[in-house]
Amino acid sequence: MRTAGNPNGKLFAMGARVESASELYHAAEKVRDAGYKRWDVYSPFPIHGMDHAMGLSKSWLSALVFIGGITGLTIAAILQFYPSSIEYPLIVAGKPVNFFTVPAFFPIMFELTILLSAFTATFGMLALNGLPRWNHPIFNWEEFKQVTDDGFFLAIEANDPHFNPESTRDLLESLGAKDITLVYED
Amino acid sequence: MADAVMQSPEAAAARIKREPLVRNNRSMKWITDHVASCTERKAPTWWWIAFGISSALATVSVLCVAYLISTGVGVWGLNHPVGWAWDITNFVFWIGIGHAGTLISAILFLTRQKWRTSINRAAEAMTLFAVVCAGIFPAIHVGRIWMVWFLAPVPNSNAIWQNFRSPLLWDVFAVSTYFTVSVLFWYTGLVPDLATLRDRAKTKLRKFFYGIAALGWRGGNRQWKHYEMAYLILAGLSTPLVLSVHSVVSFDFATSVIPGWHTTIFPPYFVAGAIFGGFAMVLTIMLPARAIFGLHDLITDDHVDKMCKIILLTGSIVGYAYAMEFFIAWYGGNAFEQYAFINRATGPYWWAYWAMIFCNVAAPQLFWSRYFRRHVLWVFVVCMFVNAGMWFERFVIIVTSLHRDFLPSSWNMFYPTWVDIWTFVGTFGIFLALFLLFIRWLPMICIFEVKAVLPEADPHHGHDDHVAHAALKEGAH
Repeated sequence: MRTAGNPNGKLFAMGARVESASELYHAAEKVRDAGYKRWDVYSPFPIHGMDHAMGLSKSWLSALVFIGGITGLTIAAILQFYPSSIEYPLIVAGKPVNFFTVPAFFPIMFELTILLSAFTATFGMLALNGLPRWNHPIFNWEEFKQVTDDGFFLAIEANDPHFNPESTRDLLESLGAKDITLVYED
Repeated sequence: MADAVMQSPEAAAARIKREPLVRNNRSMKWITDHVASCTERKAPTWWWIAFGISSALATVSVLCVAYLISTGVGVWGLNHPVGWAWDITNFVFWIGIGHAGTLISAILFLTRQKWRTSINRAAEAMTLFAVVCAGIFPAIHVGRIWMVWFLAPVPNSNAIWQNFRSPLLWDVFAVSTYFTVSVLFWYTGLVPDLATLRDRAKTKLRKFFYGIAALGWRGGNRQWKHYEMAYLILAGLSTPLVLSVHSVVSFDFATSVIPGWHTTIFPPYFVAGAIFGGFAMVLTIMLPARAIFGLHDLITDDHVDKMCKIILLTGSIVGYAYAMEFFIAWYGGNAFEQYAFINRATGPYWWAYWAMIFCNVAAPQLFWSRYFRRHVLWVFVVCMFVNAGMWFERFVIIVTSLHRDFLPSSWNMFYPTWVDIWTFVGTFGIFLALFLLFIRWLPMICIFEVKAVLPEADPHHGHDDHVAHAALKEGAH
């Protein structure tokens, strides 16, 4: 079997390559059914329905964004009410400064809700993905560079409870995977 | 027709089959190579010439701004009662152009218009650069620019807070939010493509630059899961945002009491105009880029055709709004309002008004014909008219409404000075210089999204035909 990285170091994963998006999809279904938990499929673009094929649940990023949006709304409400109605009521054109002028505060409430939601969506996504990071063991694998071009890969991590060099290799071979490689951590 | 379906489902299926989004059955590798190589080749001579000219123009704008700041706003042609003229015209013009980029990236994403994938990246970049140009004018028109921080709600020694009930302050929040969210959305979309450039990088500098910028992206499905959710949420946030930004810009006018500004039609009318002008600008810069880089298989004539249809639709909405303004001025029975509109069409600025009507309402009507939508030169000419027309629209709204207000003794004309003119011309230099840098350093087409719309990207590829035929047969019986 081929190796990538330093073979005397710690084993990270057993990787393999398949030919197409549909092969990857069907391979993922089989790996899922074999009971593996710590593994991933890699593709140049998101593959429709892959979350189901891998048995992944829906991303809970939306919950984080909801919290971000509520925070933005609250900040905008305080930012406007405190100075405009309490700290320094500014009377323009004889108009009232009480709570009932709240519609005039809606635009900024809306903008800050959007702003903080967008920050949460972007940085929350990066945080959930463990990014940014300098390096990753999978990058020791030279062929893996094609994942951003037209390569489709699959890697089962060595710390998966079901991982076994022989049986995992048999599974990958039965899926029709090529270039089965042991990827080491350094 | 019905007979044909009964006789031959295959023939019927062929008729309703759509043109593929990527022409000539290009492979994934071809797409990667073709798009990424635009940033990897040595810069061609035309690029240096174009970059030199646009940087020179940009410098002119910067010098004009420096002159303005060091001398005062008197170097512009502003007077009483025309206190806003080219500055706000240019601001609204540029910010409107930006809206097409967000429309393409967000609204067309939510409505699952897959053809957007070839044009969204460049259109989003255009949004950012247009908002950069737009942001200059409100900042410098305040006169004492070193006081511009008064716009920010921070405690200050005067103990005076901003008027949060003013549309001008809403505008500060709307435009800065819009720019920030557009940057986040654009960068999120770029990350997988930056990883592509990182993995192709040959030189040390490129490896470093793209390696940092790609943030360690690996393309695993556990990453794509959160990524797709983030992209969906950003699209969902940007959609109401883009509609709100130009609505808030229009509130700057609509909440005042100036005849010609004080109308409730402004928010939808401004938003339609923004999308209209923005699509024209997208085509203005994409058609030359497509020709130069040979991207006809990715940005096909169908893409151009669809964009022309959007220009026709939004142009007609704008034409309707022009007519409705006149109707309401008459129907509302307000003498000042009626005069403002008669003056707009027949007064000293009649030429600007009719230039606007010709460019925005008449010229796009050519796009009813498929011939004009698919003839690159005609498309380009009409888009240039629209670009000019949308500038005239803002000029007409702002200057003709102001120059004859309630008191005839204060009526006055506005004449731009050379500083007005060159500051504006120079912003085109800023815009183009930034765009030229963009096409040299970043993939101008969203590589991973274009791959995802190829037939072989579908995990059930190869089974579709049976499904389509079965459905068709079921329908026929």
